[in-house]
Amino acid sequence: MARQAQERIAIMGDEAIALAVKQSNVDVIAAYPITPQTIIVERLSEYVANGELDAAFIQAESEHSALSICVGASLAGARVFTSTASQGLALMHEIVYATSSMRVPMVMAIANRSLNAPLNIHCEHGDVMPERDSGWVHLFATNVQEAYDLTFIAFKLSEHPDVQLPVSVNLDAFILTHSVEPLTPISDEDASKFLPPRQPLYSIDFDSPATFGTMALPDTYMEFKYQLKEAAEKAGQVYPEVAGEYARISGRRYWYFNSYMADDADAVVLVLGSTYGTLKVAARRLREGGLKVGVVGLTMFRPFPEKQLVELLKNAKSLIVMDRAYSYGGLGGPLYMEVLAMLYRNGLRIPVMNVVYGLGGRDFRLDEAEAVLKIALDGARRGRFDEHVRWWGVRA
Amino acid sequence: MSAKKIVEPVIKGQFTYKDLPIAAMIPVPATSLEYKTGVWRTRQPKIDYGKCIKCLLCWVFCPDAAIKRLEDDSVNVDYEYCKGCGVCETVCPVKAISMEEV
Repeated sequence: MARQAQERIAIMGDEAIALAVKQSNVDVIAAYPITPQTIIVERLSEYVANGELDAAFIQAESEHSALSICVGASLAGARVFTSTASQGLALMHEIVYATSSMRVPMVMAIANRSLNAPLNIHCEHGDVMPERDSGWVHLFATNVQEAYDLTFIAFKLSEHPDVQLPVSVNLDAFILTHSVEPLTPISDEDASKFLPPRQPLYSIDFDSPATFGTMALPDTYMEFKYQLKEAAEKAGQVYPEVAGEYARISGRRYWYFNSYMADDADAVVLVLGSTYGTLKVAARRLREGGLKVGVVGLTMFRPFPEKQLVELLKNAKSLIVMDRAYSYGGLGGPLYMEVLAMLYRNGLRIPVMNVVYGLGGRDFRLDEAEAVLKIALDGARRGRFDEHVRWWGVRA
Repeated sequence: MSAKKIVEPVIKGQFTYKDLPIAAMIPVPATSLEYKTGVWRTRQPKIDYGKCIKCLLCWVFCPDAAIKRLEDDSVNVDYEYCKGCGVCETVCPVKAISMEEV
């Protein structure tokens, strides 16, 4: 049986997430359909209806309610999953903060899609960025296999006694959610070994009443927020241990980031999500021509892996940070601003440029990835870039 | 964990974030019995029983039920919960209540 499960299958990103959630033996799924995550919950509702998954599937009347149901179910001790995107995540916003601040373990898949207006259903990271400061752990997949694997890791990390935080698994709208890619699943047996039934640290219990989600006045509020800060940082510290345990059953090792030839590169490009794959192919081509370029795809965006990134980038001569989101009126995209701050406070004074690309699902092709890498290389040679932020391909 | 053990350090201000229950959860019931909110008070009412006419207006108006009505319709102040708002002083028709610094 285990051997059969190790066979490669062809599957789209949404279905891969649903499969991982099924194998994670969740107890409660509450969701509201929204493109492009709908297939995730459709498949899960089929699993439940067919008796393949023993879980409660609750179709809520809105995303705000869906996440609220998940909070209650998790506090009752259940292993909980939900999924959303874009406007749905925006509607959840209030409860997103309650979930992390009440230290409620759960996993949410976010099929990263642009936010209105104008109306658009395609890929962008502008939906998750407003949740950046919430205390959730945010993981980003670069392909379908990663979206699948990170779902297991997310549950384990979320329920870790020192963490007790919700975790999001981000996958690019359509590029990953609706693309069929090869996947090597783990066996149900290994999945159950990796994720035995949840052992909640505390839960709603009529025999031992407790109060959750209370008010805290100025005399204690900051201390509770400091608990959240500590927990979020702890998630980064225990992540290698959790990912290492997953590597032992799957043979696939996850780290704070994927990197391709970044160690000795003169010019490095840093990105979130599926564009890492495009950049990697482009970098391989340029390396064949002797050009010292490297690519980093951040897997863990929150907590931010400062120490490990600084170690990786300490010898780079230039850096381009690519953002599929923007802070309007700000200095650039959210990843760029974070990296600028990181470099400054660690004394790394290398030229940095921000490329804002792919908003609302605009294609970013292989030739464009090569062009960005060459601009990075030019920055490394000259020791400077001519601009801070470039909106890639915009007709300006 | 007893209610008193949780509440006391908070009232005294002698705690760090590690001493507080996770995420502001209250792990035992009825902790409010231990939480004497009278400590919020900066002024407190003093009753001059020589002037009091037992009209009970202070008992009616106290927003926190901290004026106690006794058998003979005289009143006293429950200082464990009185927050010192001064409503009783304002409504007393014979100026039998005065607010004093704590």
